[in-house]
Amino acid sequence: MTNALQAEQKLRVDTPARRALRRFTRHRLAMLGLGVLLILVALAVLAPAVAPHSPTKQELSLYRKPPNQDHWLGTDTFGRDVFTRLIYAGRVSLSVGLVAVGIYETIAILLGAVAGYYGSKVDWVIMRAVDVVMTIPTMIVIIFLVSILGPSMYNSMLAIGIMGWPEPTRLVRGQILSLREMDYVTAARSLGLPTYRIILRHVLPGVVAPLVVHATFGVAGAILLEAGLSFLGLGVPPPTPSWGNMMSSAQTLNILERVPWLWVPPGIAIMLSVLSINFIGDGLRDALDPRGMETG
Amino acid sequence: MTKYIIQRVLVSIPIFFGITVIVYALYALAPGDPLAMLLGERAMLEMTAEEIEAARESLGLNDPWHERYFDWFSRAIRGDLGYPLTGGYTVMELLQQRIGPTLLLMATAFVVSLLVGVPMGIVMALKQYSWIDYLVTVLAFAQLSIPSFFLALGAMYVFSLKLDVFPTSGLQTIGAPFSLWDRIHHLIMPSFILAAYFAGVWARYTRSSMLETMHLEFVTTARAKGLRERVVVVRHALRNALLPMITVASLSLGHLLGGSIIIETIFQWPGLGMLGWQATLNREYPILMGIILIASTTVLASNLLADILYAVVDPRIRYN
Repeated sequence: MTNALQAEQKLRVDTPARRALRRFTRHRLAMLGLGVLLILVALAVLAPAVAPHSPTKQELSLYRKPPNQDHWLGTDTFGRDVFTRLIYAGRVSLSVGLVAVGIYETIAILLGAVAGYYGSKVDWVIMRAVDVVMTIPTMIVIIFLVSILGPSMYNSMLAIGIMGWPEPTRLVRGQILSLREMDYVTAARSLGLPTYRIILRHVLPGVVAPLVVHATFGVAGAILLEAGLSFLGLGVPPPTPSWGNMMSSAQTLNILERVPWLWVPPGIAIMLSVLSINFIGDGLRDALDPRGMETG
Repeated sequence: MTKYIIQRVLVSIPIFFGITVIVYALYALAPGDPLAMLLGERAMLEMTAEEIEAARESLGLNDPWHERYFDWFSRAIRGDLGYPLTGGYTVMELLQQRIGPTLLLMATAFVVSLLVGVPMGIVMALKQYSWIDYLVTVLAFAQLSIPSFFLALGAMYVFSLKLDVFPTSGLQTIGAPFSLWDRIHHLIMPSFILAAYFAGVWARYTRSSMLETMHLEFVTTARAKGLRERVVVVRHALRNALLPMITVASLSLGHLLGGSIIIETIFQWPGLGMLGWQATLNREYPILMGIILIASTTVLASNLLADILYAVVDPRIRYN
């Protein structure tokens, strides 16, 4: 009696989701990444409460002061506190990453599902579109798009979102192609369920795991792209701080050499956040895919 | 084999048309009057409304969009990519001047990334789950996560401003005659920084590909034959593990080009990336179109080449 009860409890405990969670929490680098990312996100979300100064108020008497007790990371050319701007910039950079990836994963789910499920001509057209966009160097077109639309946070999100969908579309399509041959999908179809319901309830859930992994690495990539755009002056326009645009002044050798506190902290912030997200992505891949050898 | 090649070439044709349509669509989206782009703002101010209308008509700007597209396409395919607003060169001539430095930078970065990344991957795979594996994994992830411009600024700070061992910018010392050593000296920093990201990519791919291959039966057979471990790893496992990377290599081409925009801008390297950046600032859309068209066509051609090459070295592909 007790044995049977224990056995049942044991069975209930070991669901695939639990096993995945256990594999994830055992991934040391992923847990480290999660910890660092949570701190960065908390700082960004709580920015108005945490930041010691105003991110945009100019104080010309504080022109490029090196780090000191009152300004931990010094002040910039307009006398603004670098630490405060760093925290506020986190809001911009992290949200651009999230929204841009949200845009292209949504496109990918729609196109991938349609291509994978309907096949034939629709599939051919969508997959050739995927080939076309994948062949065009992303960064150059993003720069072109942003220069047409004008530099702004929303246009950066849009431009990165428009160019990112081909790879996850392929992923979704491939996954659906293999899933729709599964017996339980055939069963659903023979029960007479409508197509959209089969796609939504029976096929898409199987696509989620690889897509989550892809999206995690995608956020890291999008943060890097946004930082690059803002560094070149095409992303988030000042005075709104973003990690990339805080560093653009270091393109002059004078600032690069004499005012390192302007460009080193945002550089480290970008690297830390991207590294943390990549670690989390690595952990998720190991956790969600038991065969888990694939790299991307 | 011939059938496979013909099939791959046929698939590339609609993709090429797709690229030209997108490039043209970007141009059509760009703000500004195409007539002003062709004639110059000042020339237009001196014209009457009728003259402007006549100019539009004769240049075909009033034609429906598909006619304008075919007109542009037929000129582009013959190498006529139009004129930029300033300077006496055609877009094609500008591209020809700038493509050399970019190819040099990309090729060097590509070789460096392989030489750094592949050994990293091999070490990780052979010492799986050891502290070396962890250390190199973290290093590879750091290479994937550091923004290239941050790395560039840091390297400039240390190696140019503090240690003064490498120049901060340019293709060669200004005013000095061309010398090979001078060129290499200028090439080292930008190419290594451009290579850093891809070394990380190669390291990750090599690791997982090696791990997969090491478990295959022919590797066990090689061991069972009593071959030395080094021979097993290098001749049997590594050679097969590197096969799928032909595809990865051709995919990395587009990313290298994208990365060269930032690197060339920082290091004032006069290649296509810096040209594209200047064209963006000056809103010289014909130049940007030319760069995108050339870059995409190159990527398309290299993908085709990679497909064929892959089929040559791996017979399983062409019988599928």
